[in-house]
Amino acid sequence: MQSESAQEQSGLVARLLNLALPVAALIIALVAMYLGFDFLRAGSAPKWLIVLVAIVWGVGGVAALYWILNWIVERMNLKWRGRLQPFVFVGPAIVMLMWFLAVPVLRTFWLSLFNRDGPPIGWLNWSDIGGSFASLSGRFVGLDNYVAVFTDRLMREAFRNNIMWIVFGATLTVIVGLLIAVLADRSSFERVSKSAIFLPMAISFVGAGVIWNFIYEVRPVDVPQIGLLNAVVVGLGGKPQPWPAWTAISPWNNLFLIVIVIWLQVGYAMTLFSAALKGIPADLLEAGRVDGANEIQIFFRIMVPYIMGTIITVSTTVVIFTLKVFDVVWVMTGGQFGTEVIATQFYRQSFTARNSGYGSAIAIVLLIAIVPVMIYNLKQFREQEAF
Amino acid sequence: MGSIQNQRRWGSLLVNIGLLLLVLFWTIPTFGLLVSSFRTRESIQASGWWNVFPHRAYETVATLSPAEMGLDPTGPMVIEGVETTFEEMRKTGITTPDGTFYRWVGNRRIGRVEIQEQSWTVDWDFTLDNYRQVLSGKNFEYKQPDGTIKVIPGDNFISAFLNSLAVAVPATVIPILVAAFAAYGFAWMNFPGRRMLFIMVVALLVVPLQLALVPILRDFRSLQINGTFMAMWLAHTGFGLPLATYLLFNYISTLPRETLESAFIDGASHFVVFRKLILPLSVPALASFAIFQFLWVWNDYLVALIFLGGSPETKVITQRLADIVGSRGNDWHLLTAGAFLTMLLPMIVFFSLQRFFVRGLLAGSVKG
Repeated sequence: MQSESAQEQSGLVARLLNLALPVAALIIALVAMYLGFDFLRAGSAPKWLIVLVAIVWGVGGVAALYWILNWIVERMNLKWRGRLQPFVFVGPAIVMLMWFLAVPVLRTFWLSLFNRDGPPIGWLNWSDIGGSFASLSGRFVGLDNYVAVFTDRLMREAFRNNIMWIVFGATLTVIVGLLIAVLADRSSFERVSKSAIFLPMAISFVGAGVIWNFIYEVRPVDVPQIGLLNAVVVGLGGKPQPWPAWTAISPWNNLFLIVIVIWLQVGYAMTLFSAALKGIPADLLEAGRVDGANEIQIFFRIMVPYIMGTIITVSTTVVIFTLKVFDVVWVMTGGQFGTEVIATQFYRQSFTARNSGYGSAIAIVLLIAIVPVMIYNLKQFREQEAF
Repeated sequence: MGSIQNQRRWGSLLVNIGLLLLVLFWTIPTFGLLVSSFRTRESIQASGWWNVFPHRAYETVATLSPAEMGLDPTGPMVIEGVETTFEEMRKTGITTPDGTFYRWVGNRRIGRVEIQEQSWTVDWDFTLDNYRQVLSGKNFEYKQPDGTIKVIPGDNFISAFLNSLAVAVPATVIPILVAAFAAYGFAWMNFPGRRMLFIMVVALLVVPLQLALVPILRDFRSLQINGTFMAMWLAHTGFGLPLATYLLFNYISTLPRETLESAFIDGASHFVVFRKLILPLSVPALASFAIFQFLWVWNDYLVALIFLGGSPETKVITQRLADIVGSRGNDWHLLTAGAFLTMLLPMIVFFSLQRFFVRGLLAGSVKG
């Protein structure tokens, strides 16, 4: 009898321990993380120490969280373990994606229906529903922000410029990328040339802005030019110009900004095209040559159709990229001189003018422009057998 | 036969020259920046960076007084039988029949006439001062041409460099960890909603992050983490996750099924398989995405502008550089040095791990 109850007791203790241990571990982990958080937020230690703690705390904390959650799940019985373990693996990613991308789409749309004051906080008060709607009435503007987006002078300028960015920027990136891939494939210095053209991909937009600002630098007529482009122009007998700020040729001064992004992105296009070209079977090209096709015919009749899939992929990626272009314009001209684009207008309205309703409407328009690409991606994904 | 070979040779020459021109167009801008960053403040302002190469320039061999030469700059002047004006003398100079080149230097009233000769020369007045000033947080004194001393604060790039590291390292490792777990879950576990959730990942691949900025900023403000590194890690993790999950899923789902199954038969749990088998096998894919994300975070300006704000304590390196562009856009000696410093680490990463980077590009996009 006695031994039985002792056994029962120890069984209970074990079960309690079984329950308490994971909870305790979780609490300890959370407290440790909070202490690290507080240390970082205070920020009074030397910088290198903060950086070190930040790295250890940030990376270690996330790893520990996974480990503890998994440890808890693995202590459960087989049925629950099978049910919950996938969510230990996938859950954090889903939560982050929801928080940072999926839900903000809806929240931004909601914000876009209000004026600069935004929706009143906690506006739906059930005991005073009339008052709630009264506080809403001045702020809720429906689709007015969207009307403004399509009629505002600066927004129209931004749309025009973004179309220029796509027509010239995206197209030239694809064409030049393809040209370089074909040339490099036949040249005697393929590796070096590809590295050189790829390198700008490691440079930030701000850095690229400085590099090209320096090339476009303009000096008065009677002193030596220190900007490369103006030095060449003056050397050829022309007049120095402030290229991206040259309003007389507006909107073509945008081209001087577009060149920068082409310079940055061609490496990406070239890399993908180069790999695709190397995938073309040699017999196919040889057969074309035996049939008497010249190199240009081979390029347009065999190579281009063969790598069409890659051309579409690169084009969509580059188009999305040029639609979102911000840093280069912001650093080079700040959107002045007729170079405003959608993303700079978004930033100006949301954060400088603090009109979150208008800014959100611009963001939603940007999303709508990208939706066709999203649908195309999903269709491609469905056609894959992988899932 | 010979003509075809000839044609081939010409074709290959054309290909190489065309490519060389393109390569020059791609490298000269960066090269000019690098050279300029080592030139002194005065020489950057006075002449183009290409003057570091041998070039012909005028050098003064003798200085003459206009009064002694009997010249009156207010009207037409005659030197050695050549008629000229003050404007022409100052702007282009004149050459007399015996080949001597005269030029007016200075203004009309107290200027002088110099005899100059063309000779080969290089402008090699290199210095490390630009880097010193950009890197340090101390004050620097400049002697201006008129003799006054101007004090300019350093730009403290060392501090910004550390901040960039503190942002970029966790903002690279955390999304990789989160995405690797998720990719494994999607590839090797079965659970309700698996397909729908993955479709969401694919859809979110192209959502512009602009959509998220305003709502997330509000969340960060209410959590009181706006302006901290943690806000940056969270934001970059969220924005980087779709691509990370997608890339890693593509890789992890193609690992051989037998390897995993034999591990499960031996009694290993999912967690153990993930840690001991999947992570080591996925190193190439993890490295590709790591480079991607690191370059993206290091070079980012917009996210830092919004979530780190304007506090000088936490500014990352792109913000510092953009600050100089905004406030001292003509200080090319600082801009060039600063820009090169921001590029230094990405370039090292890029050149040492280029292979992985290219592989990541191909894996992410050929399918996408």
